[in-house]
Amino acid sequence: MSRFTPKVITANRLREGDVVYFTADDRWTPFHHEAEFLEDEAHAQLRLLDAAAQKLVIVGAYLADAKAGANGPEPTHFREAFRTRGPSNYNHGKQADHAL
Amino acid sequence: MYSYSDFDEAFVRARVAQFTDQVERRLDGSLTEDEFRPLRLMNGLYLQLHAYMLRVAIPYGTISPRQMRQLALIADTWDKGYGHFTTRQNIQFNWPKLPDVPAILTALADVEMHAIQTSGNCVRNVTADHFAGAAADEIEDPRPYAELLRQWSTDHPEFQFLPRKFKIAITGAPNDRAVTKAHDIGLRMVKNAAGEVGFEVIVGGGLGRTPMVGMVVRDFLPVEDLLPYVEAVLSVYNVLGRRDNKYKARIKITLHETGKAEITRMVEERFAELKPLFGGNDQKLLADIREAFALPAFRDAPTAAYDAFYKADPVFRAWADTNLAQHRNDQYAIVTVSIKAHGQTPGDATSDQMRLLADLAETYGHADLRISHEQNVILPHVHKSDLPAVHAALVKAGLGTANVGLISDIIACPGMDYCALATARAIPVAQEIATRFNDLKLEHDIGPLKIKISGCINACGHHHVGHIGILGLDRAGVENYQITLGGDGSEDATIGEKTGPGFAYDQVVPAIERIVLAYLDLRQSPEETFLQAYRRVGVGPFKTALYEAGERDAA
Repeated sequence: MSRFTPKVITANRLREGDVVYFTADDRWTPFHHEAEFLEDEAHAQLRLLDAAAQKLVIVGAYLADAKAGANGPEPTHFREAFRTRGPSNYNHGKQADHAL
Repeated sequence: MYSYSDFDEAFVRARVAQFTDQVERRLDGSLTEDEFRPLRLMNGLYLQLHAYMLRVAIPYGTISPRQMRQLALIADTWDKGYGHFTTRQNIQFNWPKLPDVPAILTALADVEMHAIQTSGNCVRNVTADHFAGAAADEIEDPRPYAELLRQWSTDHPEFQFLPRKFKIAITGAPNDRAVTKAHDIGLRMVKNAAGEVGFEVIVGGGLGRTPMVGMVVRDFLPVEDLLPYVEAVLSVYNVLGRRDNKYKARIKITLHETGKAEITRMVEERFAELKPLFGGNDQKLLADIREAFALPAFRDAPTAAYDAFYKADPVFRAWADTNLAQHRNDQYAIVTVSIKAHGQTPGDATSDQMRLLADLAETYGHADLRISHEQNVILPHVHKSDLPAVHAALVKAGLGTANVGLISDIIACPGMDYCALATARAIPVAQEIATRFNDLKLEHDIGPLKIKISGCINACGHHHVGHIGILGLDRAGVENYQITLGGDGSEDATIGEKTGPGFAYDQVVPAIERIVLAYLDLRQSPEETFLQAYRRVGVGPFKTALYEAGERDAA
């Protein structure tokens, strides 16, 4: 069996479609570094159930690979890195909304 | 152009009301996402990487100034002030919010537009030659047939749950500008020995992970047999098409697994059953539709002012040489407005640009606009004497780029900047190629060259039929770009050939530059196009330029 690599839980907001991350205190945050860092597989699966249960808040919760960083979890794959910001052709999406 | 009948109007309004109710029920929790998802997709609403995306159909690429202004209003009111024209003659809004979508669909219905059947396993928006009704080389305007197909396929009860999506393209001209050979059904108007008009029916073309050029299953189909024959093809596919494997579900696979002879036999058998059932009603409908596509009242006026301006103004001349096409009326021209300013996103138009295009169409273009699958906007009927004024207005709005058919007139899918399915970005690659060759000032010297970029194997960017195709992939967590050469989307449709190993994101523009410089070195004359040169010398010299030069640089 392959070894579990650390994860965060991410989804899109139901109403706006914005990318969000699940925090340790059951909130949804636009900031990747505020996400709960999940290092244990069993705990991660339980938290994914908690996250997916918020059906009126989010859509399509899933576990995304992450690594520990200075300010909290950081994405490891370029797709997840793009999701933290927005498109590269315009200053739209989270990079504009939250002036990252 | 065609105006909605009471039936069309009632159908679209009823669908808006249904979907409004469905959105409310999703927001209050009565519908789960699993229940809601197929309903929103039936209405063109996707959930993408950063936001929802609404795909609106522009049937056979024809749009009125009033409709264009409404798209601008939607972009300003509920989106971020722009829209993205796609390779299937649709427009996509990238930032709608779910609670606003019913209002957007109402605004669309107000101008006889909708987002129905722009997703899902049904017959999608029927696409057509964007020069239809205007081109000098045309046998007949194909749009009455496209409209007939639209009416027949909209909410057709038998074809709402096909094995997979189904795309039909139609052209009335021998020069294929609608990529008919890369569609599930391609319809190419032809004349038989008796001079009668009919269709060559091509089935099983498609790009995606298994690119194929379609096969001709009927050399000559009398025009009056169009609906029963297309219905027969769909009917056979609906039964035979695979539902066990999404990747083998398109009709191109059915055709190859069953064999052309057997499929043709089954289609002809079904056609014989269906034809009497139509009872001539389709032909009555077609006659009414035809009236809606009557030619505009062309003006008869001198064109000397155009000739003088063409001689005097080099900027205008450069634009006229690349962006105008021959009209059926000698006093007129077809204007392709490039939505590909160097460094901008291919196919993105701002709301101001949309309004200007609507104004120009009204003032100078017999109130007609088209969207091309190459992500440009067409003014199909402009009197030559008006061209200097049209050009000046376009330049002022940032729409005067003289690059149609050249290296910076790139097709690019939204790629990983927007699309949830993408494996790599496409838009910034297009932006950088256009900017680079603009800086080199080589664009006009290079001449006709089509670059097409897709951000995943599904090939929305048509990379397989690009003279240079670029496919963005995820190779072990890094963006990697595979290059194909020699593809062609015209009547000589050809799937491009892979050059070899792919290139990293920051190496793809230099790689394209090496290919193009190799072409400039080896062409026999400036008249020999990239595609002609490629066909003469093959992939060899380009591979050498791509890989051996690369190794030298790295060493």
